Amino acid sequence: MTTILFHNARLIDPEGGESVGGLIVQNGAILRRLGPDEDAGDLPGAERIDCRGLCLAPGIVDIGVKVSEPGERHKESFRSAGRAAAAGGVTTIVTRPDTTPAIDTPEVLEFVARRAALDSPVNVLPMAALTKGRDGREMTEIGFLKDAGAVAFTDCDRVVTDTKIFSRALTYARSLDALVIAHIQEPGLSAGACVTSGKFASLRGLPGVSPMAERMALDRDIALIEMTGAAYHADQVTTARALPALERAKRNGLNITAGVNIHHLTLNELDVAEYRTFFKLKPPLRAEDDRLAVVEAVASGLIDIICSMHTPQDEESKRLPFEEAASGAVGLETLLPAALRLYHAGQMDLVQLFRAMSFNPAQRLGLACGTLRVGAPADLVLFDPDAPFLLDRSTLKSKSRNTPFDGARLQGRVRGTWVAGNRVDEVTT
Amino acid sequence: MPYRAMHLLGIEPLHPTEITTLLDLADRYADENRRGIAHRDVLEGMTQINMFFENSTRTQASFELAGKRLGADVMSMAMQASSIKKGETLIDTALTLNAMRPDILVVRHPQSGAVDLLAQKVNCTVLNAGDGRHEHPTQALLDALTIRREKGRLHRLTVAICGDIAHSRVARSNIMLLGKMENRIRLIAPPTLMPSGIADFGCEVFDDMEKGLEGADVVMMLRLQKERMDGGFIPSEREYYHRYGLDAEKLSYAKDDAIVMHPGPMNRGVEIDGTIADDINRSVIQTQVEMGVAVRMAAMDLLARNLRAKRGQEAAAREVMA
Repeated sequence: MTTILFHNARLIDPEGGESVGGLIVQNGAILRRLGPDEDAGDLPGAERIDCRGLCLAPGIVDIGVKVSEPGERHKESFRSAGRAAAAGGVTTIVTRPDTTPAIDTPEVLEFVARRAALDSPVNVLPMAALTKGRDGREMTEIGFLKDAGAVAFTDCDRVVTDTKIFSRALTYARSLDALVIAHIQEPGLSAGACVTSGKFASLRGLPGVSPMAERMALDRDIALIEMTGAAYHADQVTTARALPALERAKRNGLNITAGVNIHHLTLNELDVAEYRTFFKLKPPLRAEDDRLAVVEAVASGLIDIICSMHTPQDEESKRLPFEEAASGAVGLETLLPAALRLYHAGQMDLVQLFRAMSFNPAQRLGLACGTLRVGAPADLVLFDPDAPFLLDRSTLKSKSRNTPFDGARLQGRVRGTWVAGNRVDEVTT
Repeated sequence: MPYRAMHLLGIEPLHPTEITTLLDLADRYADENRRGIAHRDVLEGMTQINMFFENSTRTQASFELAGKRLGADVMSMAMQASSIKKGETLIDTALTLNAMRPDILVVRHPQSGAVDLLAQKVNCTVLNAGDGRHEHPTQALLDALTIRREKGRLHRLTVAICGDIAHSRVARSNIMLLGKMENRIRLIAPPTLMPSGIADFGCEVFDDMEKGLEGADVVMMLRLQKERMDGGFIPSEREYYHRYGLDAEKLSYAKDDAIVMHPGPMNRGVEIDGTIADDINRSVIQTQVEMGVAVRMAAMDLLARNLRAKRGQEAAAREVMA
């Protein structure tokens, strides 16, 4: 029986608020919460951790992490992704099925689960493809896959264009209480685009997509959820114009949630500057007005979840002309310090941030973590929200180091990560 | 202001006085070309490689001739036929050529930003001969020189640019250059061929050609790519010619002494009427071609001076270190 006492902490409780106090963890779960001057009593053999006033929060649950196994293990493996997550305060990674081959059968899913259990120091929960090969033509074995441990179903950045097929998949998923996650981007309008249309796109001579493409796709999906009653999550809402539709859908009681990538909350289209391909994302970075509107939507709770959309790419796929270069950025290790930019800018408090990064994603997937409730798993992150540093991408634990924050000044460092009461961030190979 | 750059990648980073420096030298080369005066010592002992990842006849020939007139050893490579087909990346191709120690690389590439990327990886001078929809700086400079010689000035003119602006690097570089030199720029195109957010560049936007041409000093026509003609961006070639093709009737809305320009190659009967193109009183299309050689000579001359200066400094620094 192992017991850990965290004392002298600034507790960030997504359901309550901030308070000074501590936690007693026993056998991997939260046993008791302590008030400011409350005595922990006699705890024989307990490990005592003096948090020295730093923040203690439920570990981050990151939905939509790409671990490049199977297929492209040189970009990211379960070991490297797990170590990156631990270093970034992420205690649960929810993996994407856009691997090679796609995770679309129970057999491939079992391979992933086995590899993850063997190599990753943090929790790994796999998602599975909604359609076979993510081709948008035939639905996968949603029932078998769910039994095998798939926590959600998504074709990732591919949109199921055939409305009939998508509506059937949603209907079928509903009968199994399976969550469907969709990318919202009208495929015709966004074909070939690599930036958001507007002055910047025209200046650089790059093909752009109107922000309207996001709203159009969301509008279609909302109609389909209304029709089928399915549980639905929009992976990334990044534009102001999509927000009223989301707001209406929620008000009408549809089973809908939405997420946003940390990069869309902290960067805008101008960061691409001179064709910097590490800033090429999908959907593309938006105008500053959109960024601000989306930040506000997270603060108000309209957008539920912040994720890293961790997408490892090797140097070869990024060192190309902008249009040819691969999309995506790694984010497991920079999610928390980047999110703290919003805290330091006064746009969100820590409780709001951890609601969006830990509590809401856990709730959406029906997980017991993401909270400081008694009895919950002791998945915790201890961090100093003020510690400044200059990010050097060569220090990242990810195998791929395609971060847009290379050389950026960030504030906020992880001082410890625990999964089920076990310290994971110091584990070395 | 002297021109001290290492590369000519676009008009955007240039200061108006740098543009004037380039044009002044080009002006001199244009005159001397007419008188048959050669300058084979300017780039003597230097190697110029033309890398064209996209087909071009006139631009490549113009750069080749400019280099030869200045005495450079010129090599032209049709990149589509070579290593690209074998799967080599742009950067590897650049590094391979760089290892052969050329002095000047002239690059055209179908992707916006590709020439910038290449310039970061080599240690010679790079001239952008057109990258995707981004920039085509020597074209804008030759257009500017043509205008300056025809109109006697390069400021406070009303310039109408007409045609497929959305896909045109020529239009972008010209908008930059003419804007920096304080001209009034009008863009005329069907809305499907107009780039988004373009009014923010300080241009007036028209979809009616007659209104757009009213009182113009310069009418700059752009080429309409064949693949954009059928239904995708415009309904048909004949409807385009009817609404946006430059003929005598539409040209009559411009000033009486307005000049007509076209970067070539022309589609007669699509964007321009043949008789206008051939009208020696209005059309300066042949002059543009002539100025092209002079502008490229000037750009390579100035860049070569900067390259020599930089190499001299590096050699001196090495001596001090030794």
